[in-house]
Amino acid sequence: MSNRTFVMACLAPLLIFSLAFLALPLVRLFLASGEGDAGWAIYLDILRKPRYLNTLVLTVLVSLATTFAALAVSTTAGMFLVRNRFRGRGTLLSVLTLPLAFPGVVIGFLIILLGGRQGLVNQLTPGHVVFAYSALGLFLGYLYFSIPRVLLTVMAAAEKLDPSLEEAARTMGASPYRVVIDVILPGLMPSLIASGAIAFATAMGAFGTAFTLATNIDVIPMVIYTEFTLSANIAMASALSIVLGIITWILLLIARSLSGSTVAAGG
Amino acid sequence: MFKSKTKILQLAVTLSACAFLLVPTILSVMAGLTANYFKGISSGLTLKWIYQVWELYADSIFLSLWLAFACLICTLIIGLPAAYGLARNPGWLSRLLEEFISLPLAVPGLALALALLQLYGSMKGFRASWTFILVGHVLYTLPFMVRSILAVLAAMDLKTLEEGAATLGASPWQRFRDIVVPNAMPGILAGSLTVVTLSIGEFNLTWMLHTPYLKTLPVGLADSYASMRLEIASAYTLVFFILIVPLLMAMQWASARAQRIAQ
Repeated sequence: MSNRTFVMACLAPLLIFSLAFLALPLVRLFLASGEGDAGWAIYLDILRKPRYLNTLVLTVLVSLATTFAALAVSTTAGMFLVRNRFRGRGTLLSVLTLPLAFPGVVIGFLIILLGGRQGLVNQLTPGHVVFAYSALGLFLGYLYFSIPRVLLTVMAAAEKLDPSLEEAARTMGASPYRVVIDVILPGLMPSLIASGAIAFATAMGAFGTAFTLATNIDVIPMVIYTEFTLSANIAMASALSIVLGIITWILLLIARSLSGSTVAAGG
Repeated sequence: MFKSKTKILQLAVTLSACAFLLVPTILSVMAGLTANYFKGISSGLTLKWIYQVWELYADSIFLSLWLAFACLICTLIIGLPAAYGLARNPGWLSRLLEEFISLPLAVPGLALALALLQLYGSMKGFRASWTFILVGHVLYTLPFMVRSILAVLAAMDLKTLEEGAATLGASPWQRFRDIVVPNAMPGILAGSLTVVTLSIGEFNLTWMLHTPYLKTLPVGLADSYASMRLEIASAYTLVFFILIVPLLMAMQWASARAQRIAQ
């Protein structure tokens, strides 16, 4: 066997597998979205029908809130852990990256333990404080999911920042606030946009967390699920999946072009 | 050492984030070991919930382990030669292929599951067997395996090594077996641990692809959250933690090692 044929043969299993189980199913999904009563106008229905539009808006709002909160918390913690060496630093870092392996369902359950009917907050405070099943619970679940992922990306970028730039700014009389705004944030910007895009995309598509928490409120993944299983509205479920898939794919493409690394999305 | 105000503020944020992540995890572990969570720890510690989880869900735990193993074999068979093929053919076509197989990282599992169900759902024998779930898991984990190996291969001078071996008379297969595989080992190890960890925890695809007779560990978890008492749900979560946390730590160690070698 010649060298070239051997290399081509190496790619064959991958080509066959991804054609059969990725390319063809996705084509089928796209065609199915146009097979409903509305035809291809179903994509307009997503924007025209209040049920879908409201869900889309809510999903985007919760995801945006998650993104900014995760960026704020993880950048602060990440910069602190990169710039300071102290006893217990390793432990803090392990605690902050431990949830990387938790699936969305487990995180949903952890939020229930915090804010559910038998939850910690309800036990510690007088009156009935149950927030697990509201938009706040969902936000906290997504935040739980995003903090470790954003933290790792930001820390990787922060390690490459040159501390002498900050020192120079400080000796020239810049306040700590100006150092952050003018030196640290611009240096971190590519990784902030990248990890923000990852956090937003995962929150938009998170099914496991929504599955355990979103019993009263609708987010896009839950609507896809109920349209498919309960209403048997396969065309709408497919159309929403396509729209959601395109949004998350473009966001992660941006993220990758800026940071070069990929953190498992999932959820 | 923590003198300035900003440092104290940063420390406070870091500690609050740790508390936010750690407290519910501890609550869950406690609830799984407490006789009656509602009464609190004073009701005594017990392992009876763990035993009950074992009786109820041992099948799903074994199914998940078996699936993770099968998934590892499949991703190795497909991913290892593919990574070599991509490394030997750097160009826009390879980039495009790599981008395409990475779609499952970006597109939500729910959408992929719907796509698979609509194309293969009518093939009853396939739909009802564990191999249908396996396809979903391979789809989702394959890009991690390919990229992990590719990163290591791309960093070494594959061409020179192989040319050297070829002048000594090694066939393409011998070169693959004796040069490529041993050199790619750190990437293979990191990729394998990632595949197993992700497969055991996979829920989004599996929830749509599973049948009532084939429940994986995370599907069983969702089931227990919805229908079991809090102690059993927590004990089951504890079993999951015991399984996944060592895997995660091994995965992080192996990935950091592979990254060092790739640089």
